Amino acid sequence: MPAAVATLLADVEIRAPGTGPTTCEGRNEGVCPGFIIENIDDYVSPLVEHVALVFGSVLAGFAVAMLLAILSHGRRWLIPPFIGATGVIYTIPSIALFLLLLPITGRGTLTALIALALYNLQIVYRNANAGLANVPAAARDAGAGVGMTLRQLLWRVELPLALPEIIAGLRIATVSTVAIATLAIFAGAGGLGEVLYNEGIQRDVFKTNIVFGSVLAVALAIAFDGLLVVVQRFAAPWQRARAL
Amino acid sequence: MIGAPVITGFLGSFGGAIDFIFSRRNSVQGPELQVGGLEQIWELASTQIAISAVALLLAIVIAMPLGLWLGHRGTGEFLAVAVGNAGRAIPELALIALMVAFIGTGNLNVTIAVTILGIPPILTNAFVGVRQADRGAVDAARGMGMSELEIIRRVELPLAIPTIMGGVRTASVNIIATATIGSLAGVKTLGDLILSPNVYGEEGVIAGAIVVALLALMFELVLAGVQRLLTPRGLVLERAAARATA
Repeated sequence: MPAAVATLLADVEIRAPGTGPTTCEGRNEGVCPGFIIENIDDYVSPLVEHVALVFGSVLAGFAVAMLLAILSHGRRWLIPPFIGATGVIYTIPSIALFLLLLPITGRGTLTALIALALYNLQIVYRNANAGLANVPAAARDAGAGVGMTLRQLLWRVELPLALPEIIAGLRIATVSTVAIATLAIFAGAGGLGEVLYNEGIQRDVFKTNIVFGSVLAVALAIAFDGLLVVVQRFAAPWQRARAL
Repeated sequence: MIGAPVITGFLGSFGGAIDFIFSRRNSVQGPELQVGGLEQIWELASTQIAISAVALLLAIVIAMPLGLWLGHRGTGEFLAVAVGNAGRAIPELALIALMVAFIGTGNLNVTIAVTILGIPPILTNAFVGVRQADRGAVDAARGMGMSELEIIRRVELPLAIPTIMGGVRTASVNIIATATIGSLAGVKTLGDLILSPNVYGEEGVIAGAIVVALLALMFELVLAGVQRLLTPRGLVLERAAARATA
């Protein structure tokens, strides 16, 4: 990506605040829509990186958390250690978690993906666990009554019935991840943190980028959340989306 | 697939970080600036602890009565839920950056920003906790002639303690995390180590991350202890009974 970095740096020279006191960005006014429109291309790659970080880490975190939930389903003694372990990870402030991984995985996207995925475990696991526990005993009995094996019972009865709660957890995890992923910039992984920090705070507190970066992050969170509501309608059509 | 160099590199960086915590050394910029050592770590940590503790108390004082009151009246569910969702969706980095851009830097501003991120989980959980409190117990209290305020204070609040403390613990994590990047707003917290590799070096960055993580775990332990003290004995017994029959 050296070529991409070079073009980015070249653009940075142009967009420096203070290039002319007569322009909106030169005077560093609150928001300069003209500047944003003119340089809209520069926001694309941080946004794409951000989406990729969120998508990759939520998918990985979700897969691991569901694996843990299925493992501890029917093995209740596993639940407290799983909740404890994912809880300790969740307690570590996100920025510290990113940097604690640096000696192991180095600077870059992989570190950010792992840290963000670890952060999702607690929320998805807790909800999946609660969802599986709340499956009505009658549904389970009916499944057993028509001769389902334990595995069939899990995949055809328990997981589908737990789906609304699982997706509720996924929504919380996704929205939090969109926000936390802005810190990925400190692990060298880009994302919208680049707009907020490198092009915002560090460019003499360039207000336009700080505002627009924040707006993009919140808009992305809302978009992901809306997407998951749609997914839920399709995945569990017998149950209306339960808003949390 | 992890080779020996990776393992020694791993230990090496962490070893160096531990060394950074305990002894002073030259900064990356030269011997005229000395960094590291317990004295500096404590100076940064104490600022962060002070800001975090004040912000957490402020967030509790602001959000808990509001959440309890809304929950008691059973109104404002939309507000409680919307505030909770907004709190999750607003990036801490964005909040700090917006504050630097439009309000200013310094202890007071950072404390306010950090408090704002602590409010949503406490408000939402206080609301939910009261809504989930046993209606039978509330009716019994009313039958005994308790005033509405007494019902909140002596029945709903104690029953909601586990849920409320869950919110306070989430708020504590948010607050410590945000206080860390408060060093972008001119407050010297442990984030200074994390965000200035050009001064403290890679080992200083990792040392900062270790101390921040320990600080968060310490807050968590204290709050877990507080929760244990405040949870009514009846609830503890009820849960133990539920576990025994499950």
